[in-house]
Amino acid sequence: MTGSEFFQRDRTLHPPALTPNYKTSVKRSPQHALLSLECSMSEMTGPRFGHGDLGPLDNDLIRNYAHGGEPVGERIVVHGRVLDETGRPVPGTLVEFWQANAGGRYRHKKDTYLAPIDPNFGGCGRTLTDAEGRYHFRTVKPGAYPWRNWVNNWRPAHIHFSVFGTGFAQRLITQMYFEGDPLIPHCPILAAIPDREALAQLIAPLDLNASIPLDSLAYKFDIVLRGRRSTLFENRLEGN
Amino acid sequence: MVQPLDYIRETASQTAGPYVHIGLAPGAAGFAIFENELGRDIAGPNAAGERIRVEGRVFDGTGAPLRDVLIEVWQANAAGIHASPEDPRHGEVEEGFRGWGRVISDFDTGRFAFETVKPGAVPGRGGKPMAPHLNLWIVARGINIGLSTRMYFSDEPVANAADPVLGLIENPARWPTLIAAREERDGMALYRFDIRLQGENETVFFDV
Repeated sequence: MTGSEFFQRDRTLHPPALTPNYKTSVKRSPQHALLSLECSMSEMTGPRFGHGDLGPLDNDLIRNYAHGGEPVGERIVVHGRVLDETGRPVPGTLVEFWQANAGGRYRHKKDTYLAPIDPNFGGCGRTLTDAEGRYHFRTVKPGAYPWRNWVNNWRPAHIHFSVFGTGFAQRLITQMYFEGDPLIPHCPILAAIPDREALAQLIAPLDLNASIPLDSLAYKFDIVLRGRRSTLFENRLEGN
Repeated sequence: MVQPLDYIRETASQTAGPYVHIGLAPGAAGFAIFENELGRDIAGPNAAGERIRVEGRVFDGTGAPLRDVLIEVWQANAAGIHASPEDPRHGEVEEGFRGWGRVISDFDTGRFAFETVKPGAVPGRGGKPMAPHLNLWIVARGINIGLSTRMYFSDEPVANAADPVLGLIENPARWPTLIAAREERDGMALYRFDIRLQGENETVFFDV
């Protein structure tokens, strides 16, 4: 298949670079306007991954770092689909995720929060979407944690996601939040998103139908990547 | 009344945060979890072309280097072909060449470094060739949506001068922000490429 161009990205639904209430953005945000590029081969192409890249426990955060026990916390399944803006599934694409443990502590040498490290929890995983764009993984629900921004900011419970799609211009990192979390309206990082519907799209609903009785609750999180034009780029190579 | 357009909307970006390494480079976060950490080897062992090393830092608007940045690299091989089904010539790439990698800055110094092969010219729009370049995507704490830029090569002045993307930059004084300076070290080509997120000599970033 020959690549085709992506739809223009709607920047109004993404957080702008400069969001002063998220203080770190102030000196890390470009001040010049971004230079708009029409898609070339460099943007329409992107890396592919296969099952050979992954290990058998990579999508099971309950077991992939277990050292003689299981992690503490509320057991959950997170599942959903990766789609593009036309509603078509994105099959075989790499989805990566990372999170704090149930107490809100990351297994990272730079995290010094006083909540304890869980010896049985690493906090990262990855999987490939199936032919219908579906993915799922098992984990424990992450805890909220404080962070240095204002003196008393707390992140709502969240899971970080990284998704590839089929072209490098679709590359996306985002965060999934949990339905009903009272910290959601208080988070400057979430509030950086100007569009209410776009913000709501990051909040995963409880999905009892996908829960496992006597075992795990489930949350559903669909991820939408940029759509591609159906017009083949090849048709446009020689002018027009 | 008109028919509804049934598009759905792209998921909003959120910052990768300070602990991006846990998910995308857990070895750097301080623990081993995956048998195969992705993105460590951009070109693979069989790639033709010149082996090069790239070193640099990413600076914020105060002039301080970011020590928690993650950069992804996406490039063509030495023949200008991407290892991606969207490239009509992708079947010709060398076995093991992915053309994609992940690089993090040092937690103390902010320096990053990676090795790859120098890419060839890539067909651009309207059949115009694009000068050899690396596509870079930069994420970190404080970056709300990943920043896209390109690294071009100082030893390609003729190709750079004709490059359709560099040609879009109105102020020629901003060109050098995208061109890595070549030198030799221990018999290997070394390119120095610093990225400035803000302020004087701010790097040109693209809305791709």
